[in-house]
Amino acid sequence: MNGTIAWLFAVTFVIGAVGLLGLVAAIARRQFGAGGAHVPFLDHEEGWAEDPVATPRLQRVLGATPRSPDPAELRDRDACDRSSRGPVLAFVLSAVAWLAVGSIFGLVVSLKFQYPDWLTDQAWTTFGRLRPLHLDTVAYGWLSMAGMGVALWLLPRLLRTPLRGGRWATAGALFWNIGMLLGTGALASGWTDGLEWLEYPWQIDGFFVIGGSLAAVPMFLTLPHRKVDHLYVSALYIIGALVWFPILFVVANIPNLHFGVEHALVNWWFAHNVLGLWFTPLGLAAAYYLIPKIVGRPIYSYQLSLLGFWSLALFYSQVGVHHLIGGPVPGWVVTLSIVTSVSMVIPVFAVAVNHHLTVLGRFRALRHSPVLRFIVLGAMLYTAASFQGSMESLRSVNTLTHFTHYTVAHAHLGAYGFASIVFFGAIYFLMPRVTGVEWPWRPLVDVHFALIAVGFFVYFTTLTIGGLLQGQAMLDASRPFTDSVSAAAPWLWGRTAGGLLMTLGHLVFAVHVGALALRAARAPALSLTEEMT
Amino acid sequence: MSTEALATAVGSAAIVLFAGGALVLAPYLQLEHIEPSPGLRPYTPEEAMGRGVYVSEGCVYCHSQQPRDPAQAPDDQRGWGRPSVPGDYAYDYPHQLGTMRTGPDLFNVGARLPSADWHYLHLYQPRAVSPVSVMPSYAYLFDHVDTVRPGDLVVKIPPEVQREPGIVVATPEAQALVRYLLRLDHTAPVLTASQEEQP
Ligand code: HEC
Ligand code: HEM
Repeated sequence: MNGTIAWLFAVTFVIGAVGLLGLVAAIARRQFGAGGAHVPFLDHEEGWAEDPVATPRLQRVLGATPRSPDPAELRDRDACDRSSRGPVLAFVLSAVAWLAVGSIFGLVVSLKFQYPDWLTDQAWTTFGRLRPLHLDTVAYGWLSMAGMGVALWLLPRLLRTPLRGGRWATAGALFWNIGMLLGTGALASGWTDGLEWLEYPWQIDGFFVIGGSLAAVPMFLTLPHRKVDHLYVSALYIIGALVWFPILFVVANIPNLHFGVEHALVNWWFAHNVLGLWFTPLGLAAAYYLIPKIVGRPIYSYQLSLLGFWSLALFYSQVGVHHLIGGPVPGWVVTLSIVTSVSMVIPVFAVAVNHHLTVLGRFRALRHSPVLRFIVLGAMLYTAASFQGSMESLRSVNTLTHFTHYTVAHAHLGAYGFASIVFFGAIYFLMPRVTGVEWPWRPLVDVHFALIAVGFFVYFTTLTIGGLLQGQAMLDASRPFTDSVSAAAPWLWGRTAGGLLMTLGHLVFAVHVGALALRAARAPALSLTEEMT
Repeated sequence: MSTEALATAVGSAAIVLFAGGALVLAPYLQLEHIEPSPGLRPYTPEEAMGRGVYVSEGCVYCHSQQPRDPAQAPDDQRGWGRPSVPGDYAYDYPHQLGTMRTGPDLFNVGARLPSADWHYLHLYQPRAVSPVSVMPSYAYLFDHVDTVRPGDLVVKIPPEVQREPGIVVATPEAQALVRYLLRLDHTAPVLTASQEEQP
């Protein structure tokens, strides 16, 4: 039985890999999709930096450009931006509010390692309740809502036509927020499905299913009206994400279907796909669009970006069981996940080449574009998190790092270092565009960046060291278990310090976003409802 | 929708369903008929209630329930037990395998620490037992009363550890949780994966 299944999947895997090679060949031969690289640019726009937060000096460091884009085309793009205003604001403003709440949860959880008796009088303030509240608030409140908001803003730009049916998505944001509020209340009161990443009770999950489906409606309504010959790679990532997430979320949340060890398999298949097939594609969609826009030149290799998309889909969807290495699950599933985890170097390499080589030689732009700073840092941390993940899935490394704070540091490298930081940059870019209002206090953008960059560096390095020492102590059976607790303890202070800076950065960000939204609401020319489709 | 967009949507869906087939459906079919491990019996209502407390208090975020093979890690030498097998989890829903060991693996804690009194004190104040512990105090699972009523389970908590004055009584939740912890005993021998490989 075991052998048959292993063979079956070895064969299917080979077929998948052959298919991928076929795609490579097709891309190489027929120059399939070659025009796609220019989709982000209007006629004669290449060479021009687009960045609503940068100073005019950004264009100067990028060099002079002989011709200007057509004003009519620029007006069309403004119309695209304003067409998504309602749903984008609904998603982004909610996301930022959840970010503030979720960070405070995280900070309190971290402090509990220093003060384990603090806030233990009531059940809802204990570690076991606040930790899932932290994870689910940042994952579903912040990252998911920010990702959907960014995607809704990108779609009309990528398809060069105003967003159709934006109201459906605005309603989706409402449903999603109701789900978040109910889910938060449920977890605080101890009502949980009991699976990491899937804690919200299935009775409440319907709000997310409805909200997420409504958010995808404008995509399907707008795609038929597209005015571009090629789908840019960001559009592929958005389509992929909006198709994947509902499938995963529904399959994993069906109650009373899963059992025992199989429940753990579906749990981690889902949990890693939330990162790999939901946050990652949305974050990559934003980075793939914003990097070329800000430096004013197309991505390095469009063909490679397509290869990156399809290989990400193929490999990332199968890595989940690397969370159960050494666990009581069939050996072949673990092996399959290790193989695909290591294969992830292919899509990661494709993305890294494109992101890093497009900026290469234009590093001076970083000084003048705060948005580029966020996106480039995020893109670098994506590369780092991905290679680290491939390494962590090797049995020898996993034996040391699994079950320790090292994994938590890695989780933040991906979910924070990459996804969150890219979304920060994207939100700084899109808010002035959809509202027509400038950021009220530009220096706050730099304050935000400094706080989270330093904070995250401290968070990641201290927790990584603490995790390694913890793992080392745990593997040495001659040392008592509590040695692993004491070994990590001083480093967990570092996490609290770093997390404090990050949280402060998020509060600065939230105040700034709130101030911009207030100004936009007061600006009579652009009332919130007027521009909606 | 254009063919390019449609192909992307359908292709993406196909890939993720294929992955689901590999990672979830195939193991589902493989594990569906697994028998409970020898000697494993279903949870009593009180144990099941205790497991519910374990789930809702989030013990899983610090404790795993999946000892690894001695070939990989010295889990057995720590007294965490033999490597677990799928049959050990036959009655577990939702699963609580866990991926973090801020605290020890608990899959065999009932065999390792069989004293209910120990667990009551440890839950009330972990640092009374293990000074460097970062485990939260679960004193809220206990009542502090002036007079003991029939049926109350009085637990011995040293006065300097007590949060409030009075006699400390374990709530039904605390009693059920300890029942569940004591029941965590999967020491009966089974054929583990590595033994199957080398007969
Ligand atoms: C913040 C992390 C954390 C949480 C949450 C937590 N524990 Fe612990 N637990 C520990 C640590 C650390 C130890 C080791 C030190 C000690 O004995 O207190 C431990 C030890 C234990 C032990 C003793 C195990 C042994 O082999 O010595 C038991 C039993 C236990 N915990 C049960 C629970 C239960 C039940 C819950 C949920 C109600 C829980 N723990 C929640 C961190 C945690
Ligand atoms: C806003 C962006 C953030 C995101 C996306 C994020 C994401 C995550 C994720 C995915 C986990 C689960 C890790 C795992 O199980 O391996 C987690 C846990 C955690 N996070 Fe965050 N986090 C964020 C911010 C913060 C901040 C600001 C802090 C403050 C210190 C923090 C502290 C923690 C702590 C303490 C845990 C629990 C670790 C444990 O169980 O030992 N996080 N977070």
